Amino acid sequence: MASYVLKTPFDEKTMRSLKVRDIVTINGHIFGMRDKTMIYIFDQHNEPPVSLAGFPILHTAPSLKKVGDKWETIIVGTTTSTRMDRFSPALMENYGVRAIIGKSGLYQGSLDAMKRFGACYLAIVGGAAALETTQIEEVEEVYWPHLHPEAIYKFRVKDFGPLIVAMDSYGNNLYADVRAKVQVNLPQAYRKCKIDL
Amino acid sequence: MGKFNYKLVEDVAKELYIRALKILPPDVRESLKRAYEKESNPSAKTIFETILKNVEVADKEDMLICQDTGLPIYMVEIGSKFPVDGAKIKTALYEGAKRATLEYPFRGSSTHPVTRENPQTSVGEGLPVIHWEFNPDSDCLNILMIPKGSGSENMSTMKMFIPADGLAAVKKFVIDSVVASGSNPCPPGIIGVGIGGTADLVTWLAKKAIARPAGSRNPDPLFAELEEELEDAINGLGSGPMGLGGDISTLAVHIEWAYTHITQNPVAVNTQCWPARRARAKIWANGKVEYGF
Repeated sequence: MASYVLKTPFDEKTMRSLKVRDIVTINGHIFGMRDKTMIYIFDQHNEPPVSLAGFPILHTAPSLKKVGDKWETIIVGTTTSTRMDRFSPALMENYGVRAIIGKSGLYQGSLDAMKRFGACYLAIVGGAAALETTQIEEVEEVYWPHLHPEAIYKFRVKDFGPLIVAMDSYGNNLYADVRAKVQVNLPQAYRKCKIDL
Repeated sequence: MGKFNYKLVEDVAKELYIRALKILPPDVRESLKRAYEKESNPSAKTIFETILKNVEVADKEDMLICQDTGLPIYMVEIGSKFPVDGAKIKTALYEGAKRATLEYPFRGSSTHPVTRENPQTSVGEGLPVIHWEFNPDSDCLNILMIPKGSGSENMSTMKMFIPADGLAAVKKFVIDSVVASGSNPCPPGIIGVGIGGTADLVTWLAKKAIARPAGSRNPDPLFAELEEELEDAINGLGSGPMGLGGDISTLAVHIEWAYTHITQNPVAVNTQCWPARRARAKIWANGKVEYGF
């Protein structure tokens, strides 16, 4: 378990140096998007108006307010990633995304893509949106504002994290490891409750 | 009765929603601190540290704790000595929840179940959820507000067992529901369990269970013991905060119960996330309001 402070954009070598349980803090830019954004890109065939190559994607639907020309944050938090699983391999393959930040992880197809293209899944602490919002220095751009709150958001972040590497480019999946351990511990939990199997 | 101004209930309903989203109850803070101290897994400890820091930032910066402002639930207890017009209270709660969303403003999540249209108001047909209870000894209107996020609510389960399945089936169902929910409900939160009643009542009992102060015990020793037993078993699973491994998988198991039918053995599980948000207000007929948890 090592700790890293990383600056975006990420290259393949950096992503392949990360292993599950490492802790990452990010400086630079990350792109926020979620369900509707990805349906708009992949199912309705719209090319993202900005290059995502090397950047992390954050699964979010932010509360923002527009003050003049500027978007200001009210609260930005992170949502469950599994809903966006279907689009994740293509984000890596077609658009060079190097990290996906979310909660609850992704499935096997996405893990295989991380291995192939050199990317990681970084788990954020769900529900800790106040802290997350203070780590966003500026909403630099909102692409496709008609999709707001599910547009593409370019956030400039400082010390964004801590993020736990939960899926790495070596096929390791911390969620699966924990689930396997829980299965091992389960008979003991049943015994404690006098449940006969 | 005519004199009481129901606009006050509307203002309180608005204020309660916002307070619940910002101010974590002291019992939940204490439970999280104890969890942080007890936790031995290093990444889990980092998660608890981040959780506590988040609560601190929300306090200091006057911010919402979590971006999922949820669906509004109001649990209303009407005292016998409080002059009440239930229909006006209902309207006031609807308007209050809507005003909180529009005036703060925060993201509204209420959505039409078929067209998926979102009015951005947190209310709509059937919303806010309102539960009514009555207290013969009280002279006030006691409103408990819970904003329920979807990460945890989506993990809700209910099953109608039969008497032959016994209590073991009920306990196994609770444990299996927690295992199946994994990292989704932002653990470690409160596991609310309903036992007995009918299909609708058991589900409500599970929700009522998560509304109790974290770690409070059911006054009936039979159910208090059951709470401790399940809590101990679930915390031995190793699932940990955010389902990423660790010692603490739940802050508390709470059970609420009711009598059931001779042929029935119902159980429901309602999970609450680690920000177990709730806010309470007591309103008196003379217009006095007292906020709490």
